[in-house]
Amino acid sequence: MGRITLERVAKRFAEVEVIPPLDLEIEDGEFVVFVGPSGCGKSTLLRLIAGLEDVSAGTIRIDGQDATGMPPAKRGLAMVFQSYALYPHMTVRKNIAFPLRMAGIAAEEQERKVTAAAEVLNLTAYLDRRPGQLSGGQRQRVAIGRAIVREPKAFLFDEPLSNLDAALRVGMRIEISQLHNRLKTTMVYVTHDQVEAMTMADKIVVLNAGRIEQVGSPLELYRAPRNRFVAGFIGSPRMNFIEGDEAARHGAAAIGIRPEHIAVSTAGGLWRGTVGVSEHLGSDTFFHVNGTGLAEAITVRAGGEVNLHHGDAVWLTPEADKIHRFDREGLRLA
Amino acid sequence: MARSVTTRRKTVVTILAWTVAFLIFFPILWTVLTSFKSEGDAIASPPKFLFFDWTLENYVTVQERSDYFKHFWNSVVMSVGSTLAALVLAIPAAWSMAFVPGRRTKDLLMWMLSTKMMPAVGVLVPMYLIFRDTGLLDTRTGLVIVLTLINLPIVVWMLYTYFKEIPAEILEAARMDGASLRSEILYVLTPMAVPGIASTLLLNIILAWNEAFWTLNLTAAKAAPLTAFIASYSSPEGLFYAKLSAASTMAIAPILIMGWFSQKQLVRGLTFGAVK
Amino acid sequence: MATAHARGAARVMLSPAVVVLLLWMIVPLGMTIWFSFQRYGLLSGMPPEWTGLTNYRYFLTDPAFFTSIKNTLSLVGGVLAITVVGGILLALLLDQAFWGQGIVRVLVIAPFFVMPTVSALVWKNMFMNPVNGLFAYVAKLFGAPPFDFLAQAPMFSIIVIVAWQWLPFATLILLTALQSLDSEQLEAAEMDGAGWLSRFVHIMLPHLTRAITVVILIQTIFLLSTFAEILVTTNGGPGTATTNLTYLVYAQSLLQFDVGGGAAGGIVAVILANIVAIFLMRMIGKNLEA
Ligand SMILES: Nc1ncnc2c1ncn2[C@@H]1O[C@H](COP(=O)(O)OP(=O)(O)OP(=O)(O)O)[C@@H](O)[C@H]1O
Ligand SMILES: [Mg+2]
Repeated sequence: MGRITLERVAKRFAEVEVIPPLDLEIEDGEFVVFVGPSGCGKSTLLRLIAGLEDVSAGTIRIDGQDATGMPPAKRGLAMVFQSYALYPHMTVRKNIAFPLRMAGIAAEEQERKVTAAAEVLNLTAYLDRRPGQLSGGQRQRVAIGRAIVREPKAFLFDEPLSNLDAALRVGMRIEISQLHNRLKTTMVYVTHDQVEAMTMADKIVVLNAGRIEQVGSPLELYRAPRNRFVAGFIGSPRMNFIEGDEAARHGAAAIGIRPEHIAVSTAGGLWRGTVGVSEHLGSDTFFHVNGTGLAEAITVRAGGEVNLHHGDAVWLTPEADKIHRFDREGLRLA
Repeated sequence: MARSVTTRRKTVVTILAWTVAFLIFFPILWTVLTSFKSEGDAIASPPKFLFFDWTLENYVTVQERSDYFKHFWNSVVMSVGSTLAALVLAIPAAWSMAFVPGRRTKDLLMWMLSTKMMPAVGVLVPMYLIFRDTGLLDTRTGLVIVLTLINLPIVVWMLYTYFKEIPAEILEAARMDGASLRSEILYVLTPMAVPGIASTLLLNIILAWNEAFWTLNLTAAKAAPLTAFIASYSSPEGLFYAKLSAASTMAIAPILIMGWFSQKQLVRGLTFGAVK
Repeated sequence: MATAHARGAARVMLSPAVVVLLLWMIVPLGMTIWFSFQRYGLLSGMPPEWTGLTNYRYFLTDPAFFTSIKNTLSLVGGVLAITVVGGILLALLLDQAFWGQGIVRVLVIAPFFVMPTVSALVWKNMFMNPVNGLFAYVAKLFGAPPFDFLAQAPMFSIIVIVAWQWLPFATLILLTALQSLDSEQLEAAEMDGAGWLSRFVHIMLPHLTRAITVVILIQTIFLLSTFAEILVTTNGGPGTATTNLTYLVYAQSLLQFDVGGGAAGGIVAVILANIVAIFLMRMIGKNLEA
């Protein structure tokens, strides 16, 4: 079981309110991702759940039981830190066994569980090494191993992949998702990388300055962002925003259109502009189109083979049913 | 330094550096050499450097006549005892200040340091009277207490600077893994800080070993450590250079060796982290 | 960071050290202050009695007090001058490339580990003794009459002994500071055509300022209470020629058994040391924020 409920939870550091009161429900077995720009309070929120920080107000329940004042050790949660936080003076085996040792579990039982975890995580060959002798990815796995042997009610991850290089990151992303599929344990995962959020989450919580902007499945957020912040944050490259007369024609203060929802043509279309910077990725090409008079630049996605050059005149046509409309406060208009 | 240094220049510097080092070290070398001479050779003129009858008799005499090992043992008990006592008090305190810093942590650290700045002579009279009235005068217990107190600020400071370098996340990980505070300090913090704790230990043993105000004023025959024992040679009769040298050599040798091992940490410890 | 739980634990774990130091700070110092206002002779057998500022008046007008202040200052000043200048020169030398750096370092640092009573006795007897000392022999070689250092230049002799002990400390700290100097800075200056002297004055010396200040302050704290070297070599004499403030207070209290007078002197010493301490603490405090 691992159902976590936050009720009016708030956090102040001295005078600064980092997290204004918020409510959040994390269902048992769910993979929840907290995403948001740097400094928005993701780690703080996670540490409140972990019990590494006290809440300034509100209640945290784990499986319905009030856990607000409980020390971290008693909450039955496991955490994987961004820096891995392995014990440098212990071997991999001892690292993974540490929570079991703290729980006073018998030696043979410890050994059995460590062996099992090491097998799952491909660490069997490294059990007698120290963390200093491992690669970044292996260390990450040890940190995860240390978390799973406890059979916690929920896993908490704080940007666990941000110290890895791009290729490893993708691999570990998949491994963590597989782990979740197998264990079916609640996972709360913090990242500022929206690709990680989109690919891993059952439910994304978008945070901005400590406030929850929107909660929903990845596709809900993509299709129906509740406001301009979420619209701009989810999706890569960013959604284009257009204000002024063009927005007014749609009866909105601003409209947003994703780069992948704009057709580009040299023959004709709705908006006219000239190609500025183009980024050829092979599978896709992104053009930054200037001089449309709508916004400084409009980003569009075209197929990999489209060949346009700096200064070429192009026509852009948005897909009418993919246009997002926002009011003056930035809230989505139905 | 990517530059290659000319051999000639390096030779000149080498000669210069070795000469200076030899001159600075000479009094120690001379003491050690003299300790192996007969009293006659020790004051021979011209002085004999290496070509004399090497003898160990001074060491034997010093031990027999003045029970050298008693004083040596007093020094060991006093320096190791006071350092361990200071560590027991300081490890929890340094943990608190390094990992749960509050608004007043810095003031607290500075205040601890300020107690170290108090000149010993300012409290000589009351300490003497307190010791006299509680029967601590000329006891090892008394010395351990005083040296613990005077070195405690340095121990806290050194440990604090070492603990600061340990990432707090690792201790938090231990907490998440279900470790109690005791386990966190015992099984995670202390083993990780072993190098820092070891150099703190070493430096403080050295400082306590060489302490020569309280040891001279609060002890007499019974609890006198080596500092006081050596001082008793200041007004002897007859020929004594060789014996003085033997006693001195034995008094400084252990600490000289420890000192050489700890020289890297010395700067940091003695400047309270102001120079690293 | 940290939870109320952790903060509570921190307070508990901090308190033994704090309480112990607080007692150490308050009880003896409080007693010293109290005694300093009493007429209290250890041998007189009379109960202590309140005398107001009399002890201070006696202590501060005693000619020995002025001599002791003068001696304290010359001892501190002399040792500082020798160790700082010598330390800079030595640090510059040892910072060069040469063969056997490790061994040289070990040799140079050694005097710092010699206990004060040993170094004082070794210098007094084996080097400075006018009959059997090495210096007397060297003087004889050059046909000069032997010189009784501790009788004819007692303060100078003590300065030499103490400086020998502290020179390694200054050297080690200055060398450490020098080695933390970015060599690119020096190379850039060299590219700009700066000669050796101007590189030293404009780049190395400013870089060393902080370390020099730390050396001066820390040594001053320790040198103000120089005791063992004086006790073992001259007993403050001849006359009061080498009596510094620490020794004077010691003599007053434990040799003349005048608790009140000694206490008053102790308080004077505390005040003087605190003036230095304030500067030192500022330096270290600044470092804490970095
Ligand atoms: N111990 C603290 N004391 C004071 N302010 C803090 C403390 N910890 C965090 N903050 C502030 O709280 C805010 C949120 O910090 P937090 O670490 O939760 O951000 P984050 O979303 O995890 O950012 P990042 O993506 O960079 O990790 C920041 O503005 C930070 O400066
Ligand atoms: Mg964070």
